[in-house]
Amino acid sequence: MKRFLPLLITFIVGFIVISSEFIPHKPFNSINAGLENWFMIISGFAIILGQLSLIKVNSSKIINKTQNWQYYLAGMVSFFVMVLCGVLWGTQDAPGLLGNGTLVSSWLGVKPFEYLFNNIYQHLSSTMFALLAFFIASAAYRAFIMRSFESNLLMIAAVIVMLGRTSIGTSFTAWLPQGWRFLHLPNIADFIVSFPTNAAQRAIMISAALGIVGSSLRILLGIERSYLGGGE
Amino acid sequence: MNKYIILVLVSLAGLLYSVGSAAEFKASDRPSDDGKAVDLTWKLPSGYAAVQIERKDSAGVWVNIASPLESESFFSDNDSIEPDNKYEYRLIASSISKGDSLVLLADAIPVAQWFDFRKLPLLIMLLVLSLAVIYYILSARSGKELFIRRINGLESMDEAVGRATEKGKPILFVPGIGDLDDIQTIAALTILSQLAFKAATYNADLIVPVCRSMVLSTAREIVKEAYLKAGRPDAFREGCVFYLTDDQFGYVAGIDGIMLREKPAANFFLGTFYAEALILAETGFGTGAMQTAGTAQPHQLPFFVVSCDYTLIGEELFAASAYLSKEPNQLGSLKGQDFGKFIIVLLILAGSVMEIAGYHWLKNMFMLE
Amino acid sequence: MSDKQPPKQIDRRYIFLVLLIGVTIPLIFPLGFKSEVSGLSKQVYKLVEETPANSTVIISFDYDPATVTELQPMAKALIEHAWRKNQKILALALWPQGVQMAEQAFADIIKKYPDKKYGIDYVNLGYKTGGIVTIQAMGRDFKEIFPTDLKGTPYDEIEILKNVRNYNQIGYIMSLSAGDPGLKQYVMAAHDMFKVKVSGGTTAVSTPGFMPYINDQHQLYGLLGGLKGAAEYESLIGVKGTATSGMDAQSIAHILIIIFIIMGNIRAYKMRKL
Repeated sequence: MKRFLPLLITFIVGFIVISSEFIPHKPFNSINAGLENWFMIISGFAIILGQLSLIKVNSSKIINKTQNWQYYLAGMVSFFVMVLCGVLWGTQDAPGLLGNGTLVSSWLGVKPFEYLFNNIYQHLSSTMFALLAFFIASAAYRAFIMRSFESNLLMIAAVIVMLGRTSIGTSFTAWLPQGWRFLHLPNIADFIVSFPTNAAQRAIMISAALGIVGSSLRILLGIERSYLGGGE
Repeated sequence: MNKYIILVLVSLAGLLYSVGSAAEFKASDRPSDDGKAVDLTWKLPSGYAAVQIERKDSAGVWVNIASPLESESFFSDNDSIEPDNKYEYRLIASSISKGDSLVLLADAIPVAQWFDFRKLPLLIMLLVLSLAVIYYILSARSGKELFIRRINGLESMDEAVGRATEKGKPILFVPGIGDLDDIQTIAALTILSQLAFKAATYNADLIVPVCRSMVLSTAREIVKEAYLKAGRPDAFREGCVFYLTDDQFGYVAGIDGIMLREKPAANFFLGTFYAEALILAETGFGTGAMQTAGTAQPHQLPFFVVSCDYTLIGEELFAASAYLSKEPNQLGSLKGQDFGKFIIVLLILAGSVMEIAGYHWLKNMFMLE
Repeated sequence: MSDKQPPKQIDRRYIFLVLLIGVTIPLIFPLGFKSEVSGLSKQVYKLVEETPANSTVIISFDYDPATVTELQPMAKALIEHAWRKNQKILALALWPQGVQMAEQAFADIIKKYPDKKYGIDYVNLGYKTGGIVTIQAMGRDFKEIFPTDLKGTPYDEIEILKNVRNYNQIGYIMSLSAGDPGLKQYVMAAHDMFKVKVSGGTTAVSTPGFMPYINDQHQLYGLLGGLKGAAEYESLIGVKGTATSGMDAQSIAHILIIIFIIMGNIRAYKMRKL
């Protein structure tokens, strides 16, 4: 029963959701929206589970003074400061327990939560995103090596697209007469990105979509059960 | 006689002219919908342009609902329409040259349909695919041998666990930033089940940081069951599966820290990844770990291919559970998917040829609007 | 037996350092590389340029801080261009953090146009969830979707909104989009259903996906693609903004990466020789 009931629910709900895609009549037309709302509500409660896990893992490292315990303490302090700022003085549109924090806001310019968000979180987020530029450089140095026909093609395409997307690259072929403009680097770069790259991406998407259909059918028919917690 | 023929011809011309230039205003139920839209079409004599469309509300008052452009002859009213109620419309058209206006009336009762016929080709495709999968499952069950090509990324799991055991270092498993409603996350957790079993069997540590709370509880259950199945329930540590943060870059910063501190012997990045894919893969490369990645996000695959030892591309991620378990039921579904691919290739070829030749009915069959 | 040592792989920290210097210098000392303006950016420019003065237009801020480098310069350039043409701007967001992006963009540009007044020349309607459903609903009645602006002022009390009921009173929609919901939904709903002119900008990675919409049916009136698109637009309006200086840095970064690729290949060649 422990296994059978979830499988039965999965099958029935899955079948209803698929049917609702083809049946516009009530109640099928509102099933998807309803189920999404249920999922969001359950996720909302599940967030508490995540926060408890976070606090538990970090606290045990701080209490046991494991290596670098100070960083875990910094993480916990940051967590509680943000939560308190939001709860006490609210966010942009919503007041907190202590109202809109007019006094604090007049000193900082904005509410404390907004201040921390704009001046700390936003910059940290952009910094992590900016790491990509450095990692792309090191990955390109290591990976774009001429070993075979395919890797040669990859390298040449990469160089053309990189040059075509910059001002310098544009100037390399700016002298080409009108009839030869198709050889202009930005035009070749656009062609590579719009056609072969797009075609390959679409092929991957189509095969992934088929994989999703196969995977979903296995789950609906109860053949795939590992999501229930492993075992048979 | 000739006079009569001319008279008849002139009358006919007049009749045709008046028929051709007759004003027309129709309201009809939109087909294949939930009964919450009424389609309005009109044809006006030359010189006239529609200026206003009004609908009678429940109090009997005409309320303006649209001011169409001169070139338009269609409007879809889906504002607060309920099925099985009669809606009356009034179209007001004016002619500046004639200094005249027309008022045309129409009404319709929208009805909810039980089937969206625009999606019939989709339903047929879905049924064909599903039947193919079921056929091959039954075929596999009956004992037929099914050939599945080697997927290196999945074969590497044994190597990864062996490496971790030798070095005494943990295995890091990252199930992506998708939630439990994302099929890529479920596929990743399927692989986690197998990996956790192997890790339990060979006494290797497992670290599974997750991005979503729902994934946390599922992953924990999966790993616990795997340890139980391996006969090592005592070796399971609840803290090996833990929540980091919902935030994308906060999550990747946390995982980077784990990789640099713990220096895992093997990293597995399986599931939904966006911009953080390369950050994870490069940091892991820098620590010297053996890396296996898999995602169905086409934009992120090139980054994984460049930085990881093995990459599961698109559907290989979804094939993992079937491939690893080698169960006939599951292998059959992979063959069914391949059949579906074959059908799609045929459709693409046929569609391309027909479009070039100028026949659009095949393409139109699959368009929803 | 050869005594030659295999060439060492460069420590990637040197690569990071060279890239850091290469990207920082153009940001501090702009090099002024000229950027050829593409046809797609010219189409966007033409749309704004040819929209009459006093038209009401929409700029939709559908992105978050992660993509601010590419999309915020577009936003600022579009606001400046619209204000030069005396167009009135309705700002809204389909992403929660888009609201702050809009506030920052207006705060930067209003320094150049101090005569522009909130509520008369521009208004920030805030964030609305719902994606394509919201866009469709706006086609019927703006007031129903945005009963107040971001500051809580009722719709009817805002001067700029007095004659705006739905898309029929809108000159064009510019969606600056980093993903879903965004430009694609505006094309599907606002243009295809309500026939309003749509254009906008996206990140460089997403640009190829929108090319099919630039067609004879004018589903999109041009497109600004990535930092290059933003720099092109700045050059069209004659402004040297962050995108223009960023393009210098991007050009240098790309050249450096190509140099690293060449170095990597030289090393691989030497390894094969050994």
